[in-house]
Amino acid sequence: MNHPSMSLRRLRSLIWKEALQIISDPSSILIAFVLPVVLLFLFGYAVSLDITGLKIGVALEERTAESESLVAALRDSKYFDVKESLDRRGLERDLVSGRIRGIVIIPINFSRKMVWENDQSPVQVIADGSEPNTANFVQNYVRSAIGVWSQRRAMETGTDMPSQVGEESRVWFNSSLESKNFLVPGSIAIVLTLIGTLLTALVVAREWERGTMEALMATPVRIQELVLGKLIPYFCLGLGSMAFCTLVAVGIFRVPLRGSLLSLGLITSAFLAGSLGIGLLVSTLSKSQFVASQIALVLGFLPALQLSGFLFEISSTPPPIQGLTYLFPARYLVQALQTIFLAGDIPVLLWTNGFVLAGFAALFFFLTARVTHKRL
Amino acid sequence: MLNRIRALIVKETLAVLRDPRNRAALILPPLLQLMLFAFTATLEVKNINLAVLNEDYGQVSSELIQRFEASRNFRNIRFVDSSAALRDLVDRQTAIVGVHFQADFSRLFYAGRSPSMEILLDGRKSNAAQIVQGYIISIIDQYNSETTAPGAQARKEVSITARNWFNPNLDYIWFTVPSLIVIITLQVSMNVTSMSVAREREMGTFDQLLVSPSGPLEIMAGKTIPAFILALAEATIFLLVAVFIFRIPFRGSLPLLYGSLIVFVASIVGIGLAISSIVATQQQALLCIFTFMMPALLMCGYTTPIENMPNWLQPFTYANPLRYMMIIVKGVFLKSMPIADVIGNIWPMAIIAIFTLTLASWFFRRRLA
Repeated sequence: MNHPSMSLRRLRSLIWKEALQIISDPSSILIAFVLPVVLLFLFGYAVSLDITGLKIGVALEERTAESESLVAALRDSKYFDVKESLDRRGLERDLVSGRIRGIVIIPINFSRKMVWENDQSPVQVIADGSEPNTANFVQNYVRSAIGVWSQRRAMETGTDMPSQVGEESRVWFNSSLESKNFLVPGSIAIVLTLIGTLLTALVVAREWERGTMEALMATPVRIQELVLGKLIPYFCLGLGSMAFCTLVAVGIFRVPLRGSLLSLGLITSAFLAGSLGIGLLVSTLSKSQFVASQIALVLGFLPALQLSGFLFEISSTPPPIQGLTYLFPARYLVQALQTIFLAGDIPVLLWTNGFVLAGFAALFFFLTARVTHKRL
Repeated sequence: MLNRIRALIVKETLAVLRDPRNRAALILPPLLQLMLFAFTATLEVKNINLAVLNEDYGQVSSELIQRFEASRNFRNIRFVDSSAALRDLVDRQTAIVGVHFQADFSRLFYAGRSPSMEILLDGRKSNAAQIVQGYIISIIDQYNSETTAPGAQARKEVSITARNWFNPNLDYIWFTVPSLIVIITLQVSMNVTSMSVAREREMGTFDQLLVSPSGPLEIMAGKTIPAFILALAEATIFLLVAVFIFRIPFRGSLPLLYGSLIVFVASIVGIGLAISSIVATQQQALLCIFTFMMPALLMCGYTTPIENMPNWLQPFTYANPLRYMMIIVKGVFLKSMPIADVIGNIWPMAIIAIFTLTLASWFFRRRLA
């Protein structure tokens, strides 16, 4: 340890060197500003969990006033795009080829059975189980459309409906139930992971590959300065990209921002620090761009997509995988971002998540510092 | 000439497989992904935490709560005693849904005045919330149809029977794992082709290739055929895992599946080679792969159905080879799709393949010139 203290001047010039490299390399700008737009665009428009226009076929095996009125009720629903047919076999072929998602069969004797005292008219709903989520929605929506239809009929004909339990649903934070409102904040987490982990891993691995890292180490620069000199510019790049994403999310996709900018900034910083740490660690260990990028994708991108609860519900996964989600920072970031955007600053939730993220950051810095030392 | 191509194929396959770290990077991430995706990529909602505020304590609400407890979808039911506490549990995401029975709930029911229970859903997870709402409604429906309530001699006129074809229990893994065969094929063929030229350029061996007697088409063939071999090999591993470990029934024709996979890989390899001849470094190649794969994966009907997308965006999916391959893989796997339907999805991929391969060879020649 010939140079016990850190020199601000050296640090400044290292940061300057890195900043110049960022600006001169188009791929950094691509990752920080172009890719985020592509991702936000995809999660704002292309990925939508809001079901509309489900293509279903109705096999109308008898034509009576009642069956026609049921078909009309299905047609009126905004959830369905109805294809009518007299023959169920044609519809079954459509179900196999994937042209429709489900079949509603209104059988012969439908109207007669409706008025028989001790019988009910059987309607069959067949959904395409090869897409389970859509199949679920087909079943639920057809059921509720038929329920509404028979209630309306009972009112029109003046027959008494038996006393029934009903429900009244209220949705908090996202009353229009638009999936983009939680997908867009969640996709910001992916953007931050890409910048933090993937970009850093690539950049540092390139320096190792080209041998410029060893060259730097031969200079009086200390490890801490080297690490900070790499991290600070990318940290700023990440914050800039975050600000940009927030603008796009609020300005173009009309996602509400109910929490404060301060909490948004703090959570982002805590996450970025940790994710830069992972990127640095990965590249230092692998020293090859291809390998570093693959590991960065597995450790950064995949968990952000799969284990963060941003698209897929964590509680639906088997317990070991639920345990796994706690080991990656993405989970905490996604929960915090969705809350800050849609619900506002809920202190308990933000403090816990922020605290854990800061813990991750500290851990990865410690590890990187140790590994880089050894590598000398 | 055939000899030269064979030599090139051997060389390319070795180049990919020789470096142990490279090899690991080619095999481990896909396998990890298989395990992860298979278990996490589910839009299904299980193990739900429910918060209940019961101010009624009557027979109807108790019976309904018992039914919630018995349902395998709900894991934990937390009882609270104020609406503030209910709200708090949803706010902190301890419970995804809150249910509130008002004080006169059972009384209203017996008076023949159809009471409503209040359901509070967390809109931060709108899909999950709607599915949970569906579960609750079907429990209520069942209760309504089994309980003869006083007040009327009326009866329900229509009964509904629900069937799910091809996957009767709506097992999500039956959907994810076959789709993964396509995703892995995409990844391997893309990674192998698009990185290859860039790597050679970075290492300086590309110039050696140029002075060799091989022509551009031969070099191209040498770069694409290993991609076919490796991609189909990993697809086969996944297929075996799907059938023998996840026990997903394979109902269709194997030759049809492989035939479609080959056309699919051809369309992807074209894109990979085009990327490879444009970029200067592996890093740029990786970025291009990424910018291609994200939209391709998200707009193929795998994550969410295509008809959910806005109308103006839907036509773009016709240019996406994944769209067709996803239909084929699920069709052949689960539905035993007839050959005419499969071909109906192969020819668009074939057109895309001809287009991308022509494009790639054009870029490739330009790069060599």
